[in-house]
Amino acid sequence: MQNPLLSISNLGKKFGGVTALVDLDLAVPRNRIFGLIGPNGSGKTTFFNVVTGIYPATSGTVVFEKEDITRFSPQKVYRAGVARTFQRSRLLLPLSILDNITLGDHSQLENGLFFNLFRRRALAAQYRQLLDKSRDLITIFDPGLADRIFEPVVNLPMISRRRIEICRALISNPKLLLLDEPSAGMTHEETHRLIDDILQIKDKIADLTIIIIEHEMSVMERITDHCAVLNFGQKICEGTYQQVAADPEVQKAYLGVD
Amino acid sequence: MSEPSRTHASLLPSVAAVLAGAVYMVFFLAGESQMVVFGLLVGAVLALAAFKHWRVLDAVGQSARDHQGPFSIVVVAAVAAVCLYFYDDAFVLFLLGTVLVYVLTCLGLNIQFGFVGVMNFAGASFFGVGCYTAAVLTKHTALPHLLIIVLGGLLAALLGFVILIPVLKTRGHYAALVTIAFALLFKTFLEVNDTLGGPQGLKAAGLNLFGWDVGRDIAIGDFEGSFYLGYIAVILLLAILGFIMARRMEDSWIGLNMDAVRLDETVSACFGQSIPRWKITAFTIGNFYCGVAGAFYAMMLGYIAPTNFTFGDSLILLSIVILGGLGSLWGTVVATGIVIIIPEKFQVLQEYRFLLFSALVIAILLFRPQGLLPRPLRGYRTLKSLPGKS
Ligand SMILES: Nc1ncnc2c1ncn2[C@@H]1O[C@H](COP(=O)(O)OP(=O)(O)OP(=O)(O)O)[C@@H](O)[C@H]1O
Ligand SMILES: [Mg+2]
Repeated sequence: MQNPLLSISNLGKKFGGVTALVDLDLAVPRNRIFGLIGPNGSGKTTFFNVVTGIYPATSGTVVFEKEDITRFSPQKVYRAGVARTFQRSRLLLPLSILDNITLGDHSQLENGLFFNLFRRRALAAQYRQLLDKSRDLITIFDPGLADRIFEPVVNLPMISRRRIEICRALISNPKLLLLDEPSAGMTHEETHRLIDDILQIKDKIADLTIIIIEHEMSVMERITDHCAVLNFGQKICEGTYQQVAADPEVQKAYLGVD
Repeated sequence: MSEPSRTHASLLPSVAAVLAGAVYMVFFLAGESQMVVFGLLVGAVLALAAFKHWRVLDAVGQSARDHQGPFSIVVVAAVAAVCLYFYDDAFVLFLLGTVLVYVLTCLGLNIQFGFVGVMNFAGASFFGVGCYTAAVLTKHTALPHLLIIVLGGLLAALLGFVILIPVLKTRGHYAALVTIAFALLFKTFLEVNDTLGGPQGLKAAGLNLFGWDVGRDIAIGDFEGSFYLGYIAVILLLAILGFIMARRMEDSWIGLNMDAVRLDETVSACFGQSIPRWKITAFTIGNFYCGVAGAFYAMMLGYIAPTNFTFGDSLILLSIVILGGLGSLWGTVVATGIVIIIPEKFQVLQEYRFLLFSALVIAILLFRPQGLLPRPLRGYRTLKSLPGKS
């Protein structure tokens, strides 16, 4: 593949005796939606955690935009342009929608102590800018949430939380967005509404690559350009959704077909 | 730029509440017999319960939040009025001065615990660092006293910085453990150190600001008041300054960053936050508050001894923060008043105060974990009122 955004080679991850990823090779093309499939415990989330620097890789390399980011801290991975959501939605529940989204733009904020304490007018200007930016972004997903931007997220239903989490990841204009089971905890119908949102976003932002982990096969069929299947930490198949779904080994491992 | 479409509440309910509070304070502080004081206390609890039932308290809170600036000014005026009412009562004035000293201290602890989530079990020790700095420097140097107060804060901040460095990379409660160790060490160190006066402690000179001897009784024309009025004026200013800075910190990206670090370190890291940076920032600033308060207190009291800086005192400071509500600045102010004043008015309670506060903390954690005055959501209100293009 020519000039992939993310290329993984020989990636391995062990937790003591548990092997979560084995010799993984992946090349993720630019501006596509890339699906990651696999049964429970096959290492999908671990893959995200290794790429984002939460866990160090045991072996292999992660190259993003031609830069080796294997040993990067989560902070550096974020600054390189990778943002993510979490399988179990991890919003800061007592904080407002605005705060949760703004947090995603950390690298654009003026974080100095002196600035924040004494240059209050400049801070107020930046605050207004962030408020507008967050409102515009959340409006794409759900205009109703834009009106409730000062309310705490703890009272919101799961679909709203997922939307806010995606906004938090998008506000920094990442090049790569990692979505870990965005449908978890939602109904079938809600899931497809969220997928509509994601496709709409993908249309609006020119330079955005998405890797999505999902158990809902109808979702994968709808939105992915390309899929890879993991089983016991190994890649067992790769191709378009149709190719992958037709693969006998995948059916055996995952779809429960004998 | 529209706030959620809610009409602004009137300023009246909060002003009325402050006035009622001030009048109540006058009666409570002036109360001589234990029966009267006890009656007033029970009366207050019943009245609050009733007001809560009739939703009066909600109205007061809404009104105070909608008019933060005017409300704060009214509170300061009310505090000043109560102090002036007791203009020649040294006991009451010293008590009120002490409350303000601890308000400043606990605001510092709230920045640490409430904002970034670092529990400091050595609050009284950092306070003590400020006290000893003041005692030593007023005795051996001719530095201006205002500078000495700042130095007390800086020394406490520096010491806190040094002890926190080794555990910054760790998660969980190592920071709390380190502060416990420091608290125990600090008191023992003071007791065996003869240059610092050992168990007897040290004398500290009275505060002198630009030639104004604050330790001298006040006489302006016919008015004659206790010298404590001068001390109260100074500490009131310091506490207001500390409050404003804490509020600005809360209503800024720093407050947001600290909240994020407290609530979820993994998420913070995934969005570029340096976790050690915010922990160090909050811890250092908080200890600066403690040190400043301590240095001032030493000068107001005139002498200091290690018994003022026990582990138990640190626990009381933390219990104030929890009682008021984590991260709630007004909560800290109210809770400090309650925790410092009540035992002073009930001599019988003095002996049991640790027991009482333990029970109080447990009760709060069980029935009202968000504290007496729960922290409101960050609304960036202090920024919204600033002029500028929208
Ligand atoms: N922090 C950890 N410590 C130890 N083992 C872990 C850790 N994280 C994951 N594992 C193990 O690694 C394996 C892969 O887990 P992972 O969470 O990546 O699976 P997954 O594909 O995301 O599954 P699911 O579909 O259930 O989310 C599992 O056996 C899991 O128990
Ligand atoms: Mg997973």
